[in-house]
Amino acid sequence: MSELRNQVMWNRLISIVEEQALALVRAAFSTSVREAGDLSAGVYDVEGRMIAQAITGTPGHVNTMAAAVANFIEDIGPHRIYEGDAYITNDPWKGTGHLHDFTVVTPVFRRDRLIGYFGCTAHVVDVGGRGFGPDATEVYEEGLFVPIMKFVERGVVNVDLVNIVRHNVREANQVVGDLYSLAACNDTGLRRLEDMLDEFDLDDLTGLADFVFRRTAEATRERLRALPSGTYTNEMRVDGYNEAVTLAVTLTVTDDGAHADFAGTSPTCAHGVNVPLVYAHAYFSYAMLVALAPEMPSNFASLAAFTVSAPEGCILNARHPDPVAVRHVTGHFVTDLCLGAIAEALPHVIPAEGAGALWNFHVSARAADPASGLPPREILMFNSGGTGARPSLDGLNSTAFPSGVRTMSSEATEQVGPIVIWRKELRPDSGGAGRFRGGLGQIIELGPAEGYQFGFSCMFDRVENPARGRRGGGSGAPGRVYLDDGTPFDAKGKQLVPAGRRLILELPGGGGFGDPDQRDPEASERDRTQGYVG
Amino acid sequence: MTSGTMRIGADVGGTFTDVVLETGERMFSTKVLTTYDAPEDSVLDGVRTVVAEAGVNLSGLETFIHGTTLATNALIGRTGARTALVTTEGFRDTIEMRTESRFEQYDLNLVLPVPLVERRDRHTLGERVGADGRVLRPFDDDEARTLIERLADRPDGHRYQAVAVGFIHSYVNGDHERRFRDLLLERMPDLAVSISSEVSPQMREFERFNTVCANAYVQPLMASYLRNLEERLHAAGATCPVYLMHSGGGLVDVDTAARFPVRLVESGPAGGAIFAADIAARHGLDAVLSYDMGGTTAKICLVEDQTPRTAKTFEVARTHRFNKGSGMPISIPVIEMIEIGAGGGSIAGVDMLGQIRVGPLSAGSEPGPAAYGLGGTRPTVTDANLILGRLSVDSFGAPGIDLVKEAARTALADHVATPLEMDVETAAVGVTEVVDENMANAARVHAVENGKDVSRFTMIAFGGGAPLHAGRLCEKLRVDELLVPPGAGVGSAIGFLRAPFAYEALRSHYVAMDSFDHTVANLLLEDLADEASAFVRSALGGTGDLIPLLEVERCVFMRYAGQGWEIPVRLDNEHFDHLGGELLANRFEKAYEEFFGRAIDGLGVEAIGWSVRVATPRPAVDRIARVEPRRDVVGDRTRRIYDTVSGAVVDAAVLDRATLAVGDRVIGPAVIVEDQTTTWLTGADQAVLQADGCLLITRQDADPVDAESD
Repeated sequence: MSELRNQVMWNRLISIVEEQALALVRAAFSTSVREAGDLSAGVYDVEGRMIAQAITGTPGHVNTMAAAVANFIEDIGPHRIYEGDAYITNDPWKGTGHLHDFTVVTPVFRRDRLIGYFGCTAHVVDVGGRGFGPDATEVYEEGLFVPIMKFVERGVVNVDLVNIVRHNVREANQVVGDLYSLAACNDTGLRRLEDMLDEFDLDDLTGLADFVFRRTAEATRERLRALPSGTYTNEMRVDGYNEAVTLAVTLTVTDDGAHADFAGTSPTCAHGVNVPLVYAHAYFSYAMLVALAPEMPSNFASLAAFTVSAPEGCILNARHPDPVAVRHVTGHFVTDLCLGAIAEALPHVIPAEGAGALWNFHVSARAADPASGLPPREILMFNSGGTGARPSLDGLNSTAFPSGVRTMSSEATEQVGPIVIWRKELRPDSGGAGRFRGGLGQIIELGPAEGYQFGFSCMFDRVENPARGRRGGGSGAPGRVYLDDGTPFDAKGKQLVPAGRRLILELPGGGGFGDPDQRDPEASERDRTQGYVG
Repeated sequence: MTSGTMRIGADVGGTFTDVVLETGERMFSTKVLTTYDAPEDSVLDGVRTVVAEAGVNLSGLETFIHGTTLATNALIGRTGARTALVTTEGFRDTIEMRTESRFEQYDLNLVLPVPLVERRDRHTLGERVGADGRVLRPFDDDEARTLIERLADRPDGHRYQAVAVGFIHSYVNGDHERRFRDLLLERMPDLAVSISSEVSPQMREFERFNTVCANAYVQPLMASYLRNLEERLHAAGATCPVYLMHSGGGLVDVDTAARFPVRLVESGPAGGAIFAADIAARHGLDAVLSYDMGGTTAKICLVEDQTPRTAKTFEVARTHRFNKGSGMPISIPVIEMIEIGAGGGSIAGVDMLGQIRVGPLSAGSEPGPAAYGLGGTRPTVTDANLILGRLSVDSFGAPGIDLVKEAARTALADHVATPLEMDVETAAVGVTEVVDENMANAARVHAVENGKDVSRFTMIAFGGGAPLHAGRLCEKLRVDELLVPPGAGVGSAIGFLRAPFAYEALRSHYVAMDSFDHTVANLLLEDLADEASAFVRSALGGTGDLIPLLEVERCVFMRYAGQGWEIPVRLDNEHFDHLGGELLANRFEKAYEEFFGRAIDGLGVEAIGWSVRVATPRPAVDRIARVEPRRDVVGDRTRRIYDTVSGAVVDAAVLDRATLAVGDRVIGPAVIVEDQTTTWLTGADQAVLQADGCLLITRQDADPVDAESD
């Protein structure tokens, strides 16, 4: 019966953190949280080990947050942890990889004894500095840096901190609102956990955490056996900010876990596409989980099996004060890099390479004629190219991978900002050929609304280096960026789209899998009749 | 309601068709198997059965109310019309690209749902309306006519039976859609045409386009089914009008239903929620959790102030474990409920972590639970209930099914007990605990999403499986009171008889409160009220005496600028004046506080959606005074049942519900059996039969409930 009790409580914990995450989605201001699911929430034991994590969330947060709470315990100091506290940081190296993510951790007390923590992370609208983009050359330019500190002490909010934030960010009300939302969502978790401990008459989480970790560790080891012990390597070239970047991994697999070493990877770049190692770690862990144990819950024990190292100063191990604002542009490739290393060992599992990094962009719309008085507007959009073909399935058209985010409605975007999206549809012929075809990218055509021009912040990859096919499959089409009058446009950095012009983005397709000659004739016929292939 | 008034409600479900006849105070009901090829056959069969049982004549029937899963089934089974979509150039793939995300983050072999209209049947036109409704690229009649020729000129066997038209921003300005429809009908007068600015004038192109495609896709099928049913009923002697239950919980006439058949999706579950709302009204309950559990899924709905919660959009035909995002979105007014894969037929197993998992896969009716003896070998929730003694081979209550306990035992042993090295009884407890936990978690998450705490709610449980699990569910949710109404097995059909004539008109219209124009807002609300009342008046037809009494409910969906999720803000029936913006902003802040505990200073407020619901007044119901226990009944037989409270197998009383009198109290552990369902009382529960036949279930240690003083 204790077995059943533990099973039920484990389920309940996962539901509690899901409630915690949904409370955040509902209350958040940040576009990326509410529209795109760029958040995470979890519950931790007294040592800061993650017991359960919400299903709602994206891999970049899921796995970085797992490590964050231990940093909080160390920096706050165990003797300064009181009931009614909440701690906060946006430290890219101790949190989730860039200043735009705030993490809030709340200690859980029961009968005056510390028994664990709730933590959650969300991407806020602004952190000051240059604004969201790759152009800074040091993290100091990227905005306000809040080291781990108390946001709330014994129920009293740190108004000095709130005041500092308020005076250092754009859209201060929304950002401050989100900080409060983070703390409130932990409180939701706290109340539910209390109910559960009452119901099951427990004093703390120790027994349950042991049960969860033991079960998960056993199952993770079991799953790892699918991958023969040994050393695996892979290299991938991506565009980088102004020169090509080589990503390299050496993967050492034993019965107890897998270790990724990123030696051989290019050095950091002068701009914000650098990645703190915690973030690379997150997308490595994600790769291993999708390949080996897709049903495994994310917790301390499943993630403990996957470790990383990298030479300091390589682009996957950026150091303070390297700029890291758009670390996802490089970081998202870590999953394909690591999957590629084990592709030969798991030939029926690993897909071809995909578009990888999202094609996010930020539009700063300004009046074409300053005298017109038209108000400025900021617009953020997430868009995805194609995913790599799978060993027995075509790739997914215009779908995010490894990121878990969603796109926004064009109509909703146009209601918020003075832009017109003239086209957003699939890009025929962009999927890599193969027995299974790569997913198609998409074409987006957009321009300023009447009376406006806009600054456009590009952070696009796979323009020079397309997604590679696997086992004889062809590469996906590379991305393209240009103005409708033929003016070239750089794939990275901020540029102007004048009034009356349209910007055209052709998003990359995924790589193909297997020999194109072996493609099922019916599938080829369908590609033609549906216009996926011209 | 005057005695002698005769009404019939008929709910065509996936497995069974339920028919209920109410005449005065008396009620007759039947369940017949749904005939897939011609669902009207099963309706007529059921009607004949209840009419014969009641000893009445069909010519005396005053109203026939119908709900059906036919539209839903056509969407799931892809058996609708050959449909084309005509959309704005540049947006051909909106319904295929969806949200560009994966609904299951860890599955490398994920397959996304196939769009309702495939790419080669999606055509574009070079027109464009801007976000403010102004024309950015004019509609060109010549281009439209050329496209129409292409649509018309198709070989036999490939001709389009329906066309959906969805243009960008048509919810602001539908001129281009209407123009295209006119030209289309000029050329092909008999074509079924749906335009998105009429079917679903809501912002967000993926949802709206998908909704208009769904409407067009099921329209020919539904229109002919409805006409046919009407004819068959009239041929059988009924002279009354036929009304349809829609997803928003109201009734419309056949004409409206045939124009907007997508509004019939989920009408059965809506009937269930109305059923619960009616019980809530009779018992004077303001906060109710409606809980309906059948063979495949459980549905949970919040009913506050005797009104089920509604939403503007939902998802049908989920392809993957009922996962959000794995189905297709439909943007219409709908009673909001959470549906999870937890039913009597849900299959149990053990995952790689040694955790017991239940559902969402269901054994359905074929082969059904192992205990049905029809070839099922995997254990289900029903099998676990049988092993625990909550169900019995003697009194399962489904005609034609004889339960085989040994088969249930073997299935549980093979798939749960042996892998976990536990005995079969413990495994069965595990299965029921896990399914109860799944439902409780879903209910809590749903409540959180709506800013509510369920523990202060009363649960109303119906559907074949709910009364077995409701007691434990209440314990998990800390809900103190549970009602199990009579007729729980045909709750949706009874709900149809309680539904008002109602129609909700909805439109997206973006306004920031700091530039609020009260004339525009007043006009918009008047337009919506006219639209909604036209549908209700049409349904009321001759019985015009209700028209002066029509109730109008107005609602604005609002948010802080920058947020992506709107909350409903109810309006009184005032006209806005120049202070309307401030008034709305204040109302919004209050509503926001209710949801999230605090308002936020210094942020702009905006309105996104506007809705007006017009309905006939809710008929006054007789309030049921709460009945205190008058005597304890113990029954004359017992059964060995596992009790979660004592954690042991105990002798539990077995009572027939039909033999209980008002005021009879049953102390748990006990089961109360009736046709179509069984109510299980744990060792901590007690049940008292109420004046209307409801079982009121509370904890034995609860404070005595005060009798109602009215």
